[in-house]
Amino acid sequence: MLKISTAPHFQTTKDTSSIMLDVIIALAPAAIMSIIFFGIQALVVILSAVAFCVGLEYLFNKYVFKKENTITDFSAIITGLLLAYNLPSTMPIWMIFVGSFMAIVVGKLCYGGLGKNIFNPALVGRVFLFISFPVQMTTWPLPGFLNSFSADIQTGATTLGVIKHLDIQTSATTSVSELPSYWQMFIGNIGGCIGEVSALALLLGLAWLLRRRIITWHIPFYYIATVFVITGVLWLSTHSIRFDPLTHLLSGGLMLGAIFMATDYATSPMTKKGQIVYAICCGLLTVIIRLCSAYPEGVSFAILIMNAFVPLIDKYIQPRYYGERR
Amino acid sequence: MSKLKTFCQGGIHPNKHKITTDTPIVFAGLPEVVTIPVKQHIGSPAKILVKPGDKVKVGTLLADADGIVSSDVHSSVSGEVIKVEAIEGEFGYLEDMITIKVEGDEFESSIDTSTDINREIPFSAEEIVAKIREAGIVGMGGAGYPTPIKTSIPEDKKVDTLIINGIECEPFLTADDRLMVEKAEQIIIGAKIINKALGIQNAIIAVDENKPQAIDILNKITKTYVGVNVEVCATKYPQGGEKQLITAITGREVPSGRLPADAGCLVQNVGTVFAIYEAIMKNKPLYERIVTVSGDTCPHPANFLVRIGTPASFLIEKVGGITPETTQIIFGGPMMGTSAFNINAPITKLTSGILMLSDQLAAKRPETDCIRCGKCVEVCPIGLQPHLIGRLMQNHQIEALKDCHVLDCIECGCCSYICPAHIPLLDYCKLSKMELKKKK
Repeated sequence: MLKISTAPHFQTTKDTSSIMLDVIIALAPAAIMSIIFFGIQALVVILSAVAFCVGLEYLFNKYVFKKENTITDFSAIITGLLLAYNLPSTMPIWMIFVGSFMAIVVGKLCYGGLGKNIFNPALVGRVFLFISFPVQMTTWPLPGFLNSFSADIQTGATTLGVIKHLDIQTSATTSVSELPSYWQMFIGNIGGCIGEVSALALLLGLAWLLRRRIITWHIPFYYIATVFVITGVLWLSTHSIRFDPLTHLLSGGLMLGAIFMATDYATSPMTKKGQIVYAICCGLLTVIIRLCSAYPEGVSFAILIMNAFVPLIDKYIQPRYYGERR
Repeated sequence: MSKLKTFCQGGIHPNKHKITTDTPIVFAGLPEVVTIPVKQHIGSPAKILVKPGDKVKVGTLLADADGIVSSDVHSSVSGEVIKVEAIEGEFGYLEDMITIKVEGDEFESSIDTSTDINREIPFSAEEIVAKIREAGIVGMGGAGYPTPIKTSIPEDKKVDTLIINGIECEPFLTADDRLMVEKAEQIIIGAKIINKALGIQNAIIAVDENKPQAIDILNKITKTYVGVNVEVCATKYPQGGEKQLITAITGREVPSGRLPADAGCLVQNVGTVFAIYEAIMKNKPLYERIVTVSGDTCPHPANFLVRIGTPASFLIEKVGGITPETTQIIFGGPMMGTSAFNINAPITKLTSGILMLSDQLAAKRPETDCIRCGKCVEVCPIGLQPHLIGRLMQNHQIEALKDCHVLDCIECGCCSYICPAHIPLLDYCKLSKMELKKKK
């Protein structure tokens, strides 16, 4: 018996789960680096966040929302990974559970599941934890190989935390002994959330995403470039280490946010032009929050705020159609 | 080396599967009966001139063009007309067809069946257009727009470039490729003929870079023909689309809702150009064409010279019959072709291929939720937002669809091809077009 179907009779082999699998592969180097720097504790955080996210999605879909099982699209694993990457390695397990619940159930399933959520689920979870448990969320263990085996973990401020509280008048010539070198920041041997510290690992992930054509370069480039240019201009005009553009680039959640969270399909604009506007606004907000607010870090807030503008961007920024008058 | 030309907006790179590139064209042979539809073109069906019992020869006029937007239909065989009635076509709809029982292979005396190449064009522009009309030539790339209308440019428009479309961007199909390799000079003369009809000097034969044999031969022969040049284009689907090809070659765009002539271009498929050569130089009406029979489950893929009206099943038997793995038979290419409802349906002037596909290639995969990846927007060569059109159509928001430019959709299928959620976006676009046309 022959079948009848509509054109095209030919499709790519890529589907939702293969795309998600590629993102997971791209996230792997950051996981490895986090385990190197923060020890087994980081692995525990990652595994528990992933397990909670996948488990909650399965259970709530089955018993509460009565929908089809969607964990096979692997998107819950990514939410779990990203949530874990945004937490310090000393995070208590029960708080990770609360964060996973906010991310998957409130941030994703309540909106109707993958693709219908307005806000990046992992960031919903992170910001909820950040506001609810500020002490635990800002206790940064200092990296050291497998330091979880020592009895007491040394803690300290993040690089951004340090420069936030520097006097504006401090000139670049004053050596700030507390600050790590650029190289340390690049490979990730600094305090911070477990997945955000290593720019190297995140850039490897970016290379994979670009190679596999999962994302285009637009959002990461315009986001990072905006932060770099604004802080660069301020740095050139004041020579204050507070504005050092390389520090802003390499420390904090900028790389993680620009590469993996601002590029989230569901919560970023559909058109290239829209994505550029969105990324530049993310960059602007990040700099404003980092420099002017009470918080040293602004990536999560910046992305969440811009997520809310995505429907508006999509409505007003449309692609140029063929044959349109230039 | 300079960068190869292509269109810049959208497009995809599907697997080529051009398995019959090196397979020479062979005559498929004569079936016992042929069924010739009277409508193988856009416009009104031709008026039938014959009745059962009439004796016809190859090239005898069977049906006369009804009005300007219509086309003559000729007999492709010699024999006796046995039926003139509606028969199930490839889509399963009833279509008026003339059934002829084949007896021998006798040609109308006016037809020059020699294989010599005639190089001098002894006709004026008006005579050329008239002869194209008499030969019943239509756009053989698949659109089926009557060629005489295309070649008579309205006075208020000015065409400066003739583009011969040798792109053949559909996977599997190699009919145009083989024609260019085997009949290169005839195609170039055909281009000169159209140039004469248009009164211009500039013809460009556009060929994809993945057809090295055709490029070599055409390059060699065009050296002796002034005004005909070969342009090698980067391979990308849907470059064979008229609008995309014009943009690739000239950088111009056809304004929304207008004709290629508004961009100063005329695009003709190589098959059509060859048919024009034969009509003008050999007095041959359009009664045969090249058809690629291929597919991933096709036992012996081939390029056939086929008489119009030959049942597709006749060609399928020629290549070894339907294998058990075959789940779909496609008329045309896999991107824009239609799956056959009736494999006894005839080959028409527009059938460029018959494909036998397995579930591995052609099966529709289950639809999941849109993940807003934006790939459909990225690949659309017209710059539409298929995801939005799909959603509006699902919700039946016809008013909102008006602002989506969906009537400009060329139905290339890139959106459905790329969608990781397997949403039938092209179907929604087609539905939207129908709904909007109904409203007008």
